[in-house]
Amino acid sequence: MIRILSILAGIFFILGLVWSMTIDSIAFATDGWPTSAEKEFHEEHPKALSLSSDGPFGKFNKQQLQRGYAVYSNVCAQCHSVKHVAYRDLTALGYSENAIKAIAAKATINAKDPLSGEMKDRPGQPADHFPPVVYGGKGIPPDLSLITKARHGGAPYVYSLITGYATVPAALTAKYKDFTIPSEANGLHYNPYFANLNIAMPPPLASDDLVTYSDGTKATKDQMAQDVSAFLVWTAEPKLEARHQTGFMWVGLMLFVTVLSFMAYRNIWSGTKH
Amino acid sequence: MSFPWAKQYTPSHPAMVWLDERLPLPRLIYGAVGGGYEVPRNLNYFWNFGFMAGLCLVIQIVTGIVLAMHFAPNTGLAFDSTEHIMRDVNWGWMLRYAHSNGAAMFFAVIYLHIFRGFYYGSYKAPREMIWLLGVVIFLLMMATAFMGYVLPWGQMSYWAAQVITGFFTAFPLVGDTVKEWLLGGFAPDNATLNRFFSLHFLLPFVILGVVILHIWALHIPGSSNPTGVEVKSQSDTVSFHPYYTAKDGWTVGLFMVIYGLFVFYMPNSLGHPDNYIPANPMQTPAHIVPEWYFWPFYAILRSFTQPLLFFPGKLMGVLAMFAAILVWFIMPWLDRSPVRSATYRPLYRKFFWALVVDVLVLGYCGVSPPEQPYILIAQLATIYYFAHFFIIVPLVSSIERPEPLPFSITESVLGHDGQAALAAKA
Repeated sequence: MIRILSILAGIFFILGLVWSMTIDSIAFATDGWPTSAEKEFHEEHPKALSLSSDGPFGKFNKQQLQRGYAVYSNVCAQCHSVKHVAYRDLTALGYSENAIKAIAAKATINAKDPLSGEMKDRPGQPADHFPPVVYGGKGIPPDLSLITKARHGGAPYVYSLITGYATVPAALTAKYKDFTIPSEANGLHYNPYFANLNIAMPPPLASDDLVTYSDGTKATKDQMAQDVSAFLVWTAEPKLEARHQTGFMWVGLMLFVTVLSFMAYRNIWSGTKH
Repeated sequence: MSFPWAKQYTPSHPAMVWLDERLPLPRLIYGAVGGGYEVPRNLNYFWNFGFMAGLCLVIQIVTGIVLAMHFAPNTGLAFDSTEHIMRDVNWGWMLRYAHSNGAAMFFAVIYLHIFRGFYYGSYKAPREMIWLLGVVIFLLMMATAFMGYVLPWGQMSYWAAQVITGFFTAFPLVGDTVKEWLLGGFAPDNATLNRFFSLHFLLPFVILGVVILHIWALHIPGSSNPTGVEVKSQSDTVSFHPYYTAKDGWTVGLFMVIYGLFVFYMPNSLGHPDNYIPANPMQTPAHIVPEWYFWPFYAILRSFTQPLLFFPGKLMGVLAMFAAILVWFIMPWLDRSPVRSATYRPLYRKFFWALVVDVLVLGYCGVSPPEQPYILIAQLATIYYFAHFFIIVPLVSSIERPEPLPFSITESVLGHDGQAALAAKA
């Protein structure tokens, strides 16, 4: 009885599927392969970017992180916050305690005054997080603390996006008539690495030497893009080095344990066929 | 129950004698996972996943309890407190990655455990109750994993809560009320997050309870084995300790290596980047996808695109998704073949491997965008899934001619069995 009911239930679901398939196949045959400007012109694979933090033994390049921080604070910080990062965290970039106090003091933090209980502006301290950034234009520039973990492609994506601005391909406008052409008026910019193709953010690194690197590195557009991507890997995953090091210990120890316990297993079963 | 030749617990130390007379807990452990539990000698490595699943549950509970000490179940704080764990809590990053990847490892182990059951007919009499409790554990795991995924209150968390509770709106009349009751509002909000946290903390202990029943039920008939032939004599079994503690033990080491590779070297590879974006009710992600362990069921849900008679497509999809798992409950009564192991079932074996491929295809379709050709592929794969469980399994046992079984486990291992020779003479 239960088997008859089961077969009937199975037939019911399969009928539903066959019916859905029929309708969908007809639609598929009429409409053809799904297509859109995004599907055709979006660059799924970011450009290659090699960072010292890559790979199982990867470590941060502090020099590069400092350069990336310079790019962030001079360029990106005009619109984007990094609210999950505290000034004290900058020790990981190789800054001294005094340097961090000086960096923090340049920021204005709106916090509760311990004496009066009122919200008041005061200079930043190392324990403060980076403050929110007020942006006057249209849209909401995302917080960048986690951006390399919050986008497919990670740091190479960030690097590709900020160096990937282009003019709209003629083939695109010819094929997709309703595609919004970026202009001054609509405040959009064409970028094939962005999923929607049109991005509101203007090219952030439009020219060389937007920052002056203290280590003498030439601040080309490409160099700045690489450095800020490296910096954003650190903001997203500050414990990356500890993770790699702990992993090495853990996997090594566990391999050792596995080999020993495998030998124990062979020993115990040696007289027993199975 | 135990086999007559199973060793009895005989404490030698006076303290243990004293304890055994008052609370025979060591006796219980000795009989359950010690030298007193007799297990077939021919188990292969597919029998290691039960022990590993138990270990996963313990890891999840331990890491989860510590994470809960630092987490704030409030929509305004949840995302930031998760980042606080990642950045400021000592070893917090490791706990969180161990917990999120631990869930994935748990499901990987459980799927191998379940498919071991499908291949070797572990659900058949007299082991139906073990199987039923196992399906209950799996359902509880799904609920727990889903609610845990909501907690960090990222974009995928929020929209997963929206989509999954939205299933219930497919049911006529009561659907909307049920959804609002589950969420504690019209859309996921603080009430949702807070109750999911409470339930996410509770359910693992419910799972633990059902796991104890699962193991208790296992100890009535004892473990099954790859031949599917029941234990007949002492030469068929070895004691759990040290034989299977050693065998489980070294694979636990291997498991820890693989688990460690995920936690330390690719901790976010199984997650979705959108969950590092704080929840935003005003912005729907381009592709809402669940975690990988739900992909096959998600593909089944989305395969029903058209209404059938008076059943809307969405309702069909939701019913199908539930039915796809609930049908496992009646497996012991659908499959009437007296032969347990697919090793001796040539026809069922082919369908089993077709099912394995089918579920992988469904998983691939589940993560792909809902457009052609994935919809058609998913529909074909869903047809096979339903045909397999609802039609093929009941029918195949009456058509199939199984291959000859060995007389006993001993014979299958050694090639001969003294008892078999006696039986042949008689």
